[in-house]
Amino acid sequence: MSAINQLGLTRSAPWQQGVWRDRGLGSAPVVVALVVIALVFQALNGAFLSPDNLVNLTLQSATTGILTLGVVLVLLVGQIDLSVGAVSGLAAAVVAVGFMQQGWPLIVAVLVAVALGAALGAGYGWLFTRLGVPSFVITLAGLLVAVGLQVQVLGDTGSVNLPYESWLVRFTQQTFLHPVVSYVVVGAVVVGYAASRLQERRRRELAQLPTRPAAEVLARTALLAVVVAVPVWYLNLNRGLGAMVVLFIGLVAVADVLLRRTRWGRSMRAIGSNVHSARRAGYPVRRVYMSAFAACTALAALAGVLSAGRLAAANQGTGGSDTNLTAIAAAVIGGTSLFGGRGSAWSAVLGVLVIQAISSGLTLLNADGSARYIVTGLVLALAVTVDAVSRRDRGTTAR
Amino acid sequence: MTTDPPVLSLRGITHSFGAVRALIDVDLDVHAREVVAVVGDNGAGKSTLVAVMAGALVPDAGEVVVDGQEVRLSSPGLARQLGIATVFQDLALCEDLDVVENLFLGQELRRGVLLDEVGMEHEAWNLLGKLAARVPSLRAATSTLSGGQRQAVAIARALLGEPRVLVLDEPTAALGVTQTAEVLTLIERVRDRGYGVVLVSQNMADVQAVADRVVVLRRGRLNGEFDAETARYEDIIAAVTGASPPRGAGGGSS
Repeated sequence: MSAINQLGLTRSAPWQQGVWRDRGLGSAPVVVALVVIALVFQALNGAFLSPDNLVNLTLQSATTGILTLGVVLVLLVGQIDLSVGAVSGLAAAVVAVGFMQQGWPLIVAVLVAVALGAALGAGYGWLFTRLGVPSFVITLAGLLVAVGLQVQVLGDTGSVNLPYESWLVRFTQQTFLHPVVSYVVVGAVVVGYAASRLQERRRRELAQLPTRPAAEVLARTALLAVVVAVPVWYLNLNRGLGAMVVLFIGLVAVADVLLRRTRWGRSMRAIGSNVHSARRAGYPVRRVYMSAFAACTALAALAGVLSAGRLAAANQGTGGSDTNLTAIAAAVIGGTSLFGGRGSAWSAVLGVLVIQAISSGLTLLNADGSARYIVTGLVLALAVTVDAVSRRDRGTTAR
Repeated sequence: MTTDPPVLSLRGITHSFGAVRALIDVDLDVHAREVVAVVGDNGAGKSTLVAVMAGALVPDAGEVVVDGQEVRLSSPGLARQLGIATVFQDLALCEDLDVVENLFLGQELRRGVLLDEVGMEHEAWNLLGKLAARVPSLRAATSTLSGGQRQAVAIARALLGEPRVLVLDEPTAALGVTQTAEVLTLIERVRDRGYGVVLVSQNMADVQAVADRVVVLRRGRLNGEFDAETARYEDIIAAVTGASPPRGAGGGSS
């Protein structure tokens, strides 16, 4: 411990050095915003916080959320993908046409759609890393190509329906976790969290590193238990946790571990923060860019497949209009920086909840789409401003 | 001064960028446990010399000898492997990443497939403790650190691979008085731990504070070598500006 004292660190606040990094305000502003939005809409319309509405809200959030997760990955490396909506529309069309008109098994159609998405992203990555074309131009071009392909794949009718009995439609519309299963999952998550924290704490003690008090670990675990169990219980009052929602949260959790605890994730943030430094540190910069673009479009394609299931159809409007910007807005609102290097997988969950809560609340108030556009636009502007200002402030303290 | 054979030795290094002769027949020896300052005006060839030692630039002519073996520093990675670590002026840090993440940037410790955060933090404590470098928190983003603290992080990272020679390019250029003093103290500690240090600088005060030997570059040529203990400030300045004929006309290190 003498080394620690030499370094002049205050041991009274060891959690500041913990691996649980709470930098700045973290996600607190978004959570507060979410609570305020919920309370305002609940005051205006008592149905907003009803279990029924919240179940719908979570189901609506899942597809946009998976799109947003992809956007988070691309933003982390300091790039952007403007084509996620179009790619999801194309994937929906491929699944519907492949399954209904070409007679492919559904699973094959799904895999083809997702692989097509990943290939598109790899193409973006190739153009970006080899030829140096700016990503917003490449992906804008990709958007047009994908929209065109979507219309061509759908053919003359412009719309293809999926049968209600297909597993894709059942999975997205009617599959919910049995309440017992959902509580088992909650329990496993909470116990797993506590176990990993305690194990980490023991390793830190052995390595003579500052540790958080055990009581704090328990308090955090208890907080997590409440944060997870209460919504699950509340949703279980109605239909419960949709399978699609569980898939979304699961993807976010996997992405979170990959981003925080693997070399790949570390290289993503390093590249987004300073690509020259990352290159000199020896990271395979080109491959990481390619993986970010490909993962983003693959997730976009998966979101498109799921939205086809949810609508039981794919049409020319799937993934159109504001889908792109909603996904990008959600990522930024959730706390991922537009300037690269800062953000987390969980910002996809928070951001998409904010956007869908506003959307759902305005729908309950019988506001039309125009009001939703305006409010979402303002919230996005606010989030980007916060991002830009915090970046500027860090810049001035830094130099 | 030091009688051991040099750890790093440059012989007759010559390099041109087109018609510009950046380095002409430059010799430089670096011994263990000494700070060699390389000074010179803008355009004297300091950065080119750093690039050669870092392995970022292969010179047109001349040889590089590490531990008595002639080597070809054809890449930065190879230079690091041979024990020459370079801290460039821009430090090559990632501002959004924290101190531990920056120290292990590109060479993270792992347990299985996952990163070994505890192990890395432990190593970081040891490393910074050895250098007695002060940072507010190992988990603070580098953007929140002062210029001197960042320099300390960059130097600590360079030492992570247990090099023999540490090349510092203008480490105090952007720093205030206190931070400059911190970095200079750090350089002395690094030397006292047995490393050879090449300090490239324009700042005579810094050079006189920590250097054991001063080598002057002027227009790509060696223009004098001084013992920092005994040399007069005016003489070094004269060699830098060319105001007087070069002292010790064979100029080079021996």
